[in-house]
Amino acid sequence: MQKFDTLQETRKGLSDKSISCTSVLRHFLSRIEEQKHLGAFLEVFTDSAIIKAAEVDEKLKTGKAGKLAGLVIALKDNICYKGHKVSASSRILENFVSLYSSTVVERLLAEDAIIIGRCNCDEFAMGSSNENSAFGPVKNPHDIKRVSGGSSGGSTAAVAARLCHAALGTDTGGSIRQPASFCGVVGMKPTYGRVSRYGIVAYASSFDQVGPLTLCVEDAASILEVIGGCDEFDPTVSSKPIPAYSEEIEKAQPPVKIAYIKECIEHEGLDPEIRAFVQNLLKRLEAEGHTVEAIDFPYLDYLVPAYYVLTTAEASSNLARYDGVHFGYRSPKAFDLESTYKKSRSEGFGIEVKRRIMLGTFVLSEGYYDAYYSKGQKVRRLIQEKTGEIFSKYDFIMLPTTPGTAFEFGANSADPIKMYLEDIFTVHANHAGIPAISLPLGKHSNGLPFGVQIMADHFNEASLLRFSKSLLNNA
Amino acid sequence: MSPKIDKDTVDRLAHLARLEFNETEKAELVQNMNRMLVFVDKLNELNTDKVEPLIYMCDEVNILREDVMKVTITQKEALMNAPQKDSDYIKVPKVVDNKK
Repeated sequence: MQKFDTLQETRKGLSDKSISCTSVLRHFLSRIEEQKHLGAFLEVFTDSAIIKAAEVDEKLKTGKAGKLAGLVIALKDNICYKGHKVSASSRILENFVSLYSSTVVERLLAEDAIIIGRCNCDEFAMGSSNENSAFGPVKNPHDIKRVSGGSSGGSTAAVAARLCHAALGTDTGGSIRQPASFCGVVGMKPTYGRVSRYGIVAYASSFDQVGPLTLCVEDAASILEVIGGCDEFDPTVSSKPIPAYSEEIEKAQPPVKIAYIKECIEHEGLDPEIRAFVQNLLKRLEAEGHTVEAIDFPYLDYLVPAYYVLTTAEASSNLARYDGVHFGYRSPKAFDLESTYKKSRSEGFGIEVKRRIMLGTFVLSEGYYDAYYSKGQKVRRLIQEKTGEIFSKYDFIMLPTTPGTAFEFGANSADPIKMYLEDIFTVHANHAGIPAISLPLGKHSNGLPFGVQIMADHFNEASLLRFSKSLLNNA
Repeated sequence: MSPKIDKDTVDRLAHLARLEFNETEKAELVQNMNRMLVFVDKLNELNTDKVEPLIYMCDEVNILREDVMKVTITQKEALMNAPQKDSDYIKVPKVVDNKK
């Protein structure tokens, strides 16, 4: 059978009429059924997807179809789609139905993407293994004894297992790139302010960003140019015009200046095979005519601590809205207003979410605000300024996405801090608000994939995607 | 440094966050939060005396739109996800005069 794993391949099939959107969709629907054991999907939107596919097939006949015609895409379960459930993988939102669509969903539909379902994730996007979902873990398609990574674990596993062309995830500290590394797909976090967060279930609003998970860079570019750009419903989105990334990536790749952070490459927790792979890649790039230089980044060991001060504070505030009154779960034991709040929240949230709310409440509480929250914000400025300095001299920073390959279920469960350190190489981009991508370049001797991460300066997605394409296609 | 979080702190924070925990959970939280505070105390190694806190992630300010009144959510829709409701209102347990 003809291959249509990517939007690129599907477009060819649609133009020579060897396939239709409906036939592609039906193929994916049966794949999802076959691969149910992975736990990637929480719900398949069969009915609305079939209607949309038929509609797009009609439009294709008259040449009126949108830019993403043929694309079958899944949503992380924290992205609102009107008339469909969205639960953030939490009991507290288990039966919640979206009253409106997020801006990203509106834009996908307007360009004729077919939305196939919602994918499992860590509860409220808090986690690095998808083990924090209230609806079960997600298995890694490369080895079902191992985690998919998180928090966008379902979205990533769905793409890796060819259950859809692409998926949207969200990335607060690495939640797109870390699972992309573990599952062997392309995962991109755009610049903070590139993509609207309207209609996204908030975790930490100054860190969260929506991005694509795909099998190729071309598909990531096609999706980003549709979902990105200014939005009257999210004032933090930049008014900078969005480039035509799918055209930008076709331009010739000029020589670039690449920095690598010594402290990352020498990090004691880094798997030696991953270290050697990145070092060899850097040598190869230098031999090909790019500039490659080592730099110091003195804040590596402060990234994760600062991240947990700031994100838990923002989470404690964002999650105050789940109060058992207007929507979501209400405890049957509630007997007055206070018990409505306390019992609904305590029964509705999982333990990791409650841990983070408690820490966030502490760092914002009287007497500790300056020592923790303000301190975290000051350290964040140091990180951002140092990062800006690096990008005044270099085009990209290259580093591993993750210290290791996918771990076994339960391996990090006993020690939350050990789990938090999984994000040591990814949180940098969220602190600084810069774009970063994980490319599935590595294959470990243990059989598992791993990613190489590239970070670029604010709003330099076009050059980041172009360089990523040249790397992946010459791998 | 002595641990900052004890059982009373957990109780006070739990009330602020409108959460409840049983005794086992409280003991775990005391341990977990103290470990986290040791972990984040690492930030004190950095001198930030002359550094302004980073609050806003974007350079742009005052993006305004016309203030036009429109109905974005109808009453029926607003009631759709309510845990308890009648035809017009969201219902909550009795708030006033609950104590004997």
